[in-house]
Amino acid sequence: MMLAIASGKGGTGKTTLAVNLARVFDAELQLLDCDVEEPNAHLFLAGEPGEETVVTVPIPEVDERLCDGCGECGRICRYNAIVTAGAAPLVFPELCHGCGGCAHVCPQKAIREVPKRIGVVETFRSGNIALVHGRLDIGVAMAPPLVRAVKARRRNDAPAIIDAPPGTSCPVIAAIRGAGAVVLVTEPTPFGLHDLTLAVDLVRELRIPFGVVVNRAGIGDDRVHAFCAREQIPLLAEIPDDRRIAEAYARGKLIVEALPEYRALFQDLCGKIERLEREDPE
Amino acid sequence: MKIVFSTSGDGLDAPLDSRFGRAPKFLAYDLETDSFEVIDNLQNLQAAQGAGVQAASTVARLGAGAVVTGHCGPKAFRVLSTAGIKVYPCDAPTVAAALELYRAGKLAEARNADVEGHWA
Repeated sequence: MMLAIASGKGGTGKTTLAVNLARVFDAELQLLDCDVEEPNAHLFLAGEPGEETVVTVPIPEVDERLCDGCGECGRICRYNAIVTAGAAPLVFPELCHGCGGCAHVCPQKAIREVPKRIGVVETFRSGNIALVHGRLDIGVAMAPPLVRAVKARRRNDAPAIIDAPPGTSCPVIAAIRGAGAVVLVTEPTPFGLHDLTLAVDLVRELRIPFGVVVNRAGIGDDRVHAFCAREQIPLLAEIPDDRRIAEAYARGKLIVEALPEYRALFQDLCGKIERLEREDPE
Repeated sequence: MKIVFSTSGDGLDAPLDSRFGRAPKFLAYDLETDSFEVIDNLQNLQAAQGAGVQAASTVARLGAGAVVTGHCGPKAFRVLSTAGIKVYPCDAPTVAAALELYRAGKLAEARNADVEGHWA
């Protein structure tokens, strides 16, 4: 099982769902926190820290003695990270995606790739949960390579839950690609619905089976429910708008431990997600 | 010498655009022949990142010696200065008015970028 938890809108409860699902799962499990701009699953798990590994991306370094200023490097770069404006090219490392295209096309072999640090991957252990998360360095804007570095820690001998970043852009795609099923968490509000529809378009494009969990059920209106019914999207669970859940969250506690009456809800959800992945026609 | 203006229109009466990298068009004015051409910047207008870098490289390819625009960010400024192109920030309403100010020597050359980058 490799399950990804995503949402269009931020703050709908992705991490809440991820950590509670991980805890009720009755066996060894990997939790991959791919929200590398603000990883927070570890705050709820109180785990023992493990190892820390630096993650880099390759960026071009130009040997000006070899460069003849032909500009091929700038023409291949779709991210405008290298450009020839005078004799030798200028490099903008913060724009570079590390594809290596510039070094590959340089006729003079004047470009070599050097590592640039973007962040770290850290591991934690909390009971049945092996948590891996990425932490992007301050000032770095290139999340996808770090997301991929977190996912590279995926072991094949245990199920995994991926906590994706919010939104529908590149870091989210990097996080959920390859998942067997996706759970989209939303809240029943106009904002929640709007961003849910974007996230639905995304997972359909990626052809991953998915379902919806409504968090804070009871607030807002019924348009999320109507949308799911119309689009034939399975509604996997509803987490009620219970003040005690917010209180537990604010103290960094798991719902399934602070409020054991919710254990059944998460256990039931676990089963539904596994069926969603198993029944995938592809 | 060629001087490039950021603009949203097609002639000298068109507005001077306050953005450089994401200006819709560039008007390249040739001071020797008193003629101009207009270059589309649509590709950069929609670029996810690096619009200033690419716009500056467009201007360098035109063989311009100076840029007159509203504002210029750090990456565009670095490319322009490497290419030996002077940057003149200007808040004139039209390209023609900016050209007049330039000819009258009333524009001050920027020593640095005057706005922050949008990326990092």
